[in-house]
Amino acid sequence: MTALLQIRNITKRFGTVAAVDDVSLDIAQNEFFALLGASGSGKTTLLRMLAGFEAPSAGQILLDGQDISALPPNKRPVNLMFQSYALFPHMTVRANIAYGLEMERLPRAQINQRVDDILSVIELTAFANRKPDQLSGGQKQRVALARALVKRPRVLLLDEPLGALDKKLRGAMQLELKRLQHEVGITFIIVTHDQEEALVMADRVAILQGGKLLQCGTPRQVYEHPVNRFAADFIGVMNFFAGHAQPSGLRLADGTQIRTDQPMPTGPALAAVRPERIRLGPGDNTLTGTVHALAYHGLDLQLHVHTAHAAKPVILRLTADSPEALTLHQGDPVTFGWAATDTRIFPA
Amino acid sequence: MHNPARQPLMLLILVLTFGFLYIPITVLIGLSFNAGGLPTVWTGFSFKWYSALLHNSDILQAGLNTLIVATCATTLATIFGTSLAIGMETRRRHGRALEALIFAPMIIPDIVLAIALLSFFSLLKVPMGLPTIIAAHVVFNLAFVCAVVRARLKSFDWSIVEASADLGATAFTSYRRIVIPVLAPAIIAGALLSFTLSVDEFIIAFFTAGAGRASTTLPMQIYAMIRFGVTPEINALATLVIAISVTALALAQRLNKGGLPGQ
Repeated sequence: MTALLQIRNITKRFGTVAAVDDVSLDIAQNEFFALLGASGSGKTTLLRMLAGFEAPSAGQILLDGQDISALPPNKRPVNLMFQSYALFPHMTVRANIAYGLEMERLPRAQINQRVDDILSVIELTAFANRKPDQLSGGQKQRVALARALVKRPRVLLLDEPLGALDKKLRGAMQLELKRLQHEVGITFIIVTHDQEEALVMADRVAILQGGKLLQCGTPRQVYEHPVNRFAADFIGVMNFFAGHAQPSGLRLADGTQIRTDQPMPTGPALAAVRPERIRLGPGDNTLTGTVHALAYHGLDLQLHVHTAHAAKPVILRLTADSPEALTLHQGDPVTFGWAATDTRIFPA
Repeated sequence: MHNPARQPLMLLILVLTFGFLYIPITVLIGLSFNAGGLPTVWTGFSFKWYSALLHNSDILQAGLNTLIVATCATTLATIFGTSLAIGMETRRRHGRALEALIFAPMIIPDIVLAIALLSFFSLLKVPMGLPTIIAAHVVFNLAFVCAVVRARLKSFDWSIVEASADLGATAFTSYRRIVIPVLAPAIIAGALLSFTLSVDEFIIAFFTAGAGRASTTLPMQIYAMIRFGVTPEINALATLVIAISVTALALAQRLNKGGLPGQ
């Protein structure tokens, strides 16, 4: 099966700077896809090229096999939900949502029907006659979503859709968006700098850095098997140990061997392990250190351990009510270890 | 809090200043309703000078001319001024120099502008009349409309125009249904300001009107009449002009402050 949306070697240069640099991605029908990157990574520029607001300097965008690179925004079966929501301030909620359907010159009765339907989906029927400035942030966000969705686009683009909401609402809206996407069966491409958001919502995630595509895969793939140290560092928390690669494992400066089941590169390399993979007590790899800080997070306790083996404190995650978590204090000596299968190796 | 108006001397200066500004206007309005013809004796309330105005064909003709000039000049200045403001905001190249050029008519003394336009029209052998007055008024009204609309554009969120395009609107539809309605309070405010300026503009109209009664505007008519002394008829006329100007200005201010309609 060919992908719904094919992004082929897309490049966008502003002057001599390449904001998006030779990115290729295939996005399937009904997929919830996340473009993840820090600010300046090119994720928003890529999204704006998909919407038609920026023309690519090179490369093609194919939708259903048709090249849409040259189509203006109003001719693309793609809609964008703006980060600022961009609601029309002089129109009511109903008029905002109806606007896109009026542009399609649909009969009035049909427009009303579809607006009513989407209003009940987003549960804002009672607010239909309000102006945007009489709505809360969460309500505006839902109107912006409805205004784009009511057009039944082939692809819905969402630019930091939850960025303006507070943390609690954001959590609820993440699941709400995912449920909605499943319900309407439209391909969603979301741009976000929030990795947690991307992991929670997306079927697949593409990590962008400096305009280049670092890695693309399912949330589990990118979390468990980052392709390089940048991807490893970007997603979640990662502990790094610098050393020298040898056939038997990674040799740290003090001679300690870090064992892994991964193929070894040659030369300087980094061993990486996730905090939740480290246990107190010995393992395949065993190191010692002293407790530098304890950070209580409710469900778990983050332990920062100073060791001679790593430049930065090593981070461990313990269950908050485990016996160790209740008895450890700052300055206590600890031994910790992890399995060889949990060690990732990257060329430095 | 230290309130300057509480100090007796300051208060006195304030009262005298406002008195100097507004007592003559109040007296003028009062006298326009005076039944007698003498400015010194109050002989009773009457609308007779207003009815006399309505039977003075010169004044009616001048009033009509002023209305034509103000309406045409305002319409043109509003269309051009708004387009110019949007153009300057969206295409920022040469912005500074262009800005100086556009706002110059606001700063240049009217008499200089009047003479310049007179020489210009004579040079090109354009027959003087209402069309030349309208053209001259468009020159300075445009600057005011442009200034008012630009001020509003500074806080304009252009992403709503992108949203409109994204939802399927052509550029023309986006302007008609999104940009113009959102800017409407500023556009109307600019238009009202421009109308007010046109109605009582004397110097430029006087220079560009050409010879003959056909293109005499109201301020020119009043000027011609007071050469034979201030009559109560003129008081009545002046009162009407004040009423129109104040209404238009108040409306303009309210619209520009009140933000979007419905807010």
